[in-house]
Amino acid sequence: MVYKKQKVIMSSREKILTAIKKNQPEGNPLPEVFSVSVANQNSAQRFQTVLTNIGGLVVEVDGWNGIKDHILLNFSESKRIVSTITELSAITGITDFKNDPHLLEDVDLAILQGHFGVAENGAIWITEDQMGNRALPFIAQHLALVIRKNEIVSTLHNAYDRIEATNYNFGTFIAGPSKTADIEQSLVLGAHGPKSMTVFLIS
Amino acid sequence: MKYKSVKDHAELAEQFNRDEARVDWHDKTLWFIREKRDKAAWQIPEWEQLRETASQIKNNVLSNLHSYLLQFEKKAQQNGVTVHWAATPEEHNQIVYSIIKKHSVANIVKSKSMLTEECHLNEYLLKQGIDVVDTDLGERIVQLAGEPPSHIVLPCIHWKKEEIGELFHQHLGTPKGNADPQFLTAAAREHLRQRFMTSKVAITGVNFGVAETGEIIVCTNEGNADLGVQLADVHIGCMGIEKIIPQRKHLGVFLRLLARSATGQPITTYSSHFSKPREKQEMHIVLVDNGRSERLGSDDFRNALKCIRCGACMNTCPVYRRSGGHSYHYAIAGPIGAILAPGLDMKKHADLPFASTLCGSCSHVCPVKIDIHDQLFKWRQVLVQNGNVTSTKNAGMKLMNVVLSNPTIYKLAGSAGRWLMNYLPFIVNNKFNPWYKQREMPKPPEQSFGEWYTRNRKSS
Repeated sequence: MVYKKQKVIMSSREKILTAIKKNQPEGNPLPEVFSVSVANQNSAQRFQTVLTNIGGLVVEVDGWNGIKDHILLNFSESKRIVSTITELSAITGITDFKNDPHLLEDVDLAILQGHFGVAENGAIWITEDQMGNRALPFIAQHLALVIRKNEIVSTLHNAYDRIEATNYNFGTFIAGPSKTADIEQSLVLGAHGPKSMTVFLIS
Repeated sequence: MKYKSVKDHAELAEQFNRDEARVDWHDKTLWFIREKRDKAAWQIPEWEQLRETASQIKNNVLSNLHSYLLQFEKKAQQNGVTVHWAATPEEHNQIVYSIIKKHSVANIVKSKSMLTEECHLNEYLLKQGIDVVDTDLGERIVQLAGEPPSHIVLPCIHWKKEEIGELFHQHLGTPKGNADPQFLTAAAREHLRQRFMTSKVAITGVNFGVAETGEIIVCTNEGNADLGVQLADVHIGCMGIEKIIPQRKHLGVFLRLLARSATGQPITTYSSHFSKPREKQEMHIVLVDNGRSERLGSDDFRNALKCIRCGACMNTCPVYRRSGGHSYHYAIAGPIGAILAPGLDMKKHADLPFASTLCGSCSHVCPVKIDIHDQLFKWRQVLVQNGNVTSTKNAGMKLMNVVLSNPTIYKLAGSAGRWLMNYLPFIVNNKFNPWYKQREMPKPPEQSFGEWYTRNRKSS
């Protein structure tokens, strides 16, 4: 049997990986990620201050009725309010979230539940299973997120301690309304996503 | 958008400097952002510890990039993502185009990605008949104007609102003379929403890729990356191979640093973690080398690969603030651009490492502790050794070498210089002396320190 000598052409993948293996320096062990202060009693206060500073609104409520009252009072003009929270079905229409995301274009207000908040930056961690549809938190004209007041961690390190071992297809930290300062550094709320962000803290 | 200019940094900076009021405005605007960064950093007592940890994580990444990339690829594939490898910008562009072509799409949206600027993706796609709309407001503004971004975080920081009003009047039909940022942003929102609603392919950059999980993280304030991706059938994430971080928990370190360093915000509005494509959606990640694997082998210059593209070095740089991003004629301007660009094309970018005072401010604000000003200095040496500087600069440095290494000539040159500036000032105060540009020459001292010392020691 005669084997024909073949010229081996390396793929870009092999080429890149070979060069990296040859060139990467030795040493440099991974450092320990330090952990800073754990959640304390001031977390909710700090969360509120930071989120207010970046254009969000924090509303403390006792329960679902408090949320309903606030929505009815402040979003009376909204034509289409949607939510994945069954307790709020009295004030929202019925939406099939599995449908084409483009059908959510006319949503005025989306009310969703988040996992927890982060005091140092006013962000809320929310994953796909809470969104109904991945597009919803971004396409709605206004966004409201609900978390428990005692579910606020101090820093992002603490946040990743909670997220680290979880599984999600898509997750995001949302901190305030969509915004831009691209025109002469003038802050404008409502760039492409929601023009406002309300966070309900259930105590 | 490519830089067509063949002028060097000094010539382009001189052009920018002709409008003094504008330079002052540009300078102050960027310094304002630098101050916001300071205030944000000072609120974190462990800020320096954060920088050090981030730096060490990135060092670890550079030492283990091979295994991290393989791990990342495997995890991403398990998540249902297609991973592509591109050695060159051309290959990157071809991969992106082939995906778009497969879906027979002619209009796409793209959120901010410095990598696609580096690869000149937009022009390539335009030639293939694909209309790319940049959806970040600042990027859309410079795109409408036919310019490249002048800053990696603030693409149109060099534009005044009145000019943007005029640009929008021409392209979006807003009323002439309206320069209100609120109004103009609302107009752009309407204009771009239509594109979001009709684009089947969305391209994003990648801030971080996590080896442990195969997920990519994209940060925006506007929500444009998410709106594009969540409405599209296909998501293409374009990512430099150095964007890898080992574990998810390391995001806690980098996301604490990124927005604070960039704009003084505690975090960007959206920090999205894309792990799996949604049902019926396709997700691609294009890993791009373009000289990075080669740079990895350089002890002097590999650290530049640690960059997380926050732009803090630009906002603080006295040269960048007064010369504008376009004077760097490269996709990434400022101090970090000046050490990245010569690695790709030494001859073309030989002027950039000289666009610095070596004051070191860039290194001090860098969230991952890149030795930027040391690298600028080292690049100068490499460039001179390789004959990549102008003959004038070369001759000047040789002359300085002679003068500074011989005490007799040094003393003679000093007294001759003082005599000339005193009695024949026009010899130095003229346009042939580059130091005379935009400056008055200082009054020459009456004597040198050597002369003063000799006299005073004798009299005591």
